[in-house]
Amino acid sequence: MTDLSNLKYSEEHEWVALEGATATIGITDFAADALGDIVFVELPEVGAEFTRGDVFGEAESTKSVSELYAPVTGTVVEINDAVVDDPALLNSSPFGDAWLIKVEVADGALDGLLDRDAYVAHTEA
Amino acid sequence: MTEPRYTPLRDRHEALGASFTDFGGWQMPVRYTSDLAEHHAVREAAGIFDISHMAEFIVDGARAAEYLDYALAGRLSVMAVGKAKYSLLLAEDGGIIDDVIVYRMGEQRFLIISNAGNRDAVREALTARTGSFAAGAPVPPSADGSFGFIAGSSGDVAVDDVSDDYALIAVQGPKAAEIVAAIDGIDEVSVPWDEQKYYAWASARYRGKPLLLARTGYTGEDGFELLVDAADAAELWDAALAAGADHGLVPAGLAARDTLRLEAGMPLYGNELSLDTVPAQAGLGRVVVADKERFVGKDALAGGSTGAGAQAGRTLIGLTAEGRRAGRAGYAVVLEDGTVVGEITSGALSPTLGHPIAMAYVDPSSAEEGTDLFLDVRGTKIPATRTALPFYRRKK
Repeated sequence: MTDLSNLKYSEEHEWVALEGATATIGITDFAADALGDIVFVELPEVGAEFTRGDVFGEAESTKSVSELYAPVTGTVVEINDAVVDDPALLNSSPFGDAWLIKVEVADGALDGLLDRDAYVAHTEA
Repeated sequence: MTEPRYTPLRDRHEALGASFTDFGGWQMPVRYTSDLAEHHAVREAAGIFDISHMAEFIVDGARAAEYLDYALAGRLSVMAVGKAKYSLLLAEDGGIIDDVIVYRMGEQRFLIISNAGNRDAVREALTARTGSFAAGAPVPPSADGSFGFIAGSSGDVAVDDVSDDYALIAVQGPKAAEIVAAIDGIDEVSVPWDEQKYYAWASARYRGKPLLLARTGYTGEDGFELLVDAADAAELWDAALAAGADHGLVPAGLAARDTLRLEAGMPLYGNELSLDTVPAQAGLGRVVVADKERFVGKDALAGGSTGAGAQAGRTLIGLTAEGRRAGRAGYAVVLEDGTVVGEITSGALSPTLGHPIAMAYVDPSSAEEGTDLFLDVRGTKIPATRTALPFYRRKK
């Protein structure tokens, strides 16, 4: 089980785990629950570049469509094909198997993101 | 801003962990666990829905049947006692005020179930029409040859909004009949269980009070809608869940209800139906009995009205696509060159069929066979195939 307190969060309900210069990005359980059953995920190509706040993909549930917002600035180095093939992973394992993309980032990429307590407070606001 | 309303089953939904959503001013369960699991349960076993937000009206009186022939688009007077019928309440200009189910409770007594969000409009129209109906002399002879001596009096027919007195619980799915028959506390059932027909109803008692067992629904499956005294709704809900425990019955929310009814090609008021839509545009021309002597909306429909919204020349079609990206309500239907020819009114990735389905209004010239249509899914054109409704039909 991922230690959620080691992750950083955006107000748009993405999480970020940074190892070296590689940020792994996913959506939170709060986002997955709010969407309902996720049935389709669109992710960018490897090599795509994003600035924080850009839309990098989409998650569709039976009822709604949500855009995915890049929580960091950088270049996509890997995408998670498993979650594209089986979007329900986002509901069952949002912090684990259902990571979405890995992004090569510069120093300070996490500045301004929320820690766990602040994120939880944000979802309860 | 009015206060959100809750049904008598609110605490049951909360105890089951439901997420709530606003629907016509009501806080209703949107899902309990998973939209898809609830959807599949209804297709494969059974689901139980709280639909107490829907509105109920009793139409009663010596000329009630004749009145409904005037007030609604269908011919209700020929319906036998014990039966139910889908009908439309039209505006003078032919636009749809609501779609309703009418149950014939007796020779002179009918129950109408309408959509929650249209309760006030339906009550106002039905009530106003008692007056214009009575004023519509001369009165034709009734079926037995006697004349309606009470024409013009308010005693001909009365409309009573009983929505607040009752709760409505739907049990839908292939196991529904078996489950409802096993509910503890139901007795004095007027029709033997194995003789209860689809689009018919039986009377019964639940805890000594009147219970309506209507074999109707909104999911494309067999099922029942149980109209019960609001005070007894929670106990009946519990009893139904207990009866269904070994049959795969699960509580199901509005999200599942919406994908189920879409697969079944059933229109939703506010999506496919509106005051700006006349029945033929929505594929409901068969519901209108145009050769009735008089009914509200007749003149407008005879004159080719397309409703108040001047949305002439559009027709409701079904569309299917490949892949997993669904067109949603409000998305455009386009031609290959990008010309917009219509708009999706309901769309989803069909949980049962596994591919996207949608209902859409399109220009009739684009509805013809051989026209290549595309769904504009947020800028991506997805090829779509015109498909006869319903998308899904249950096995008999």
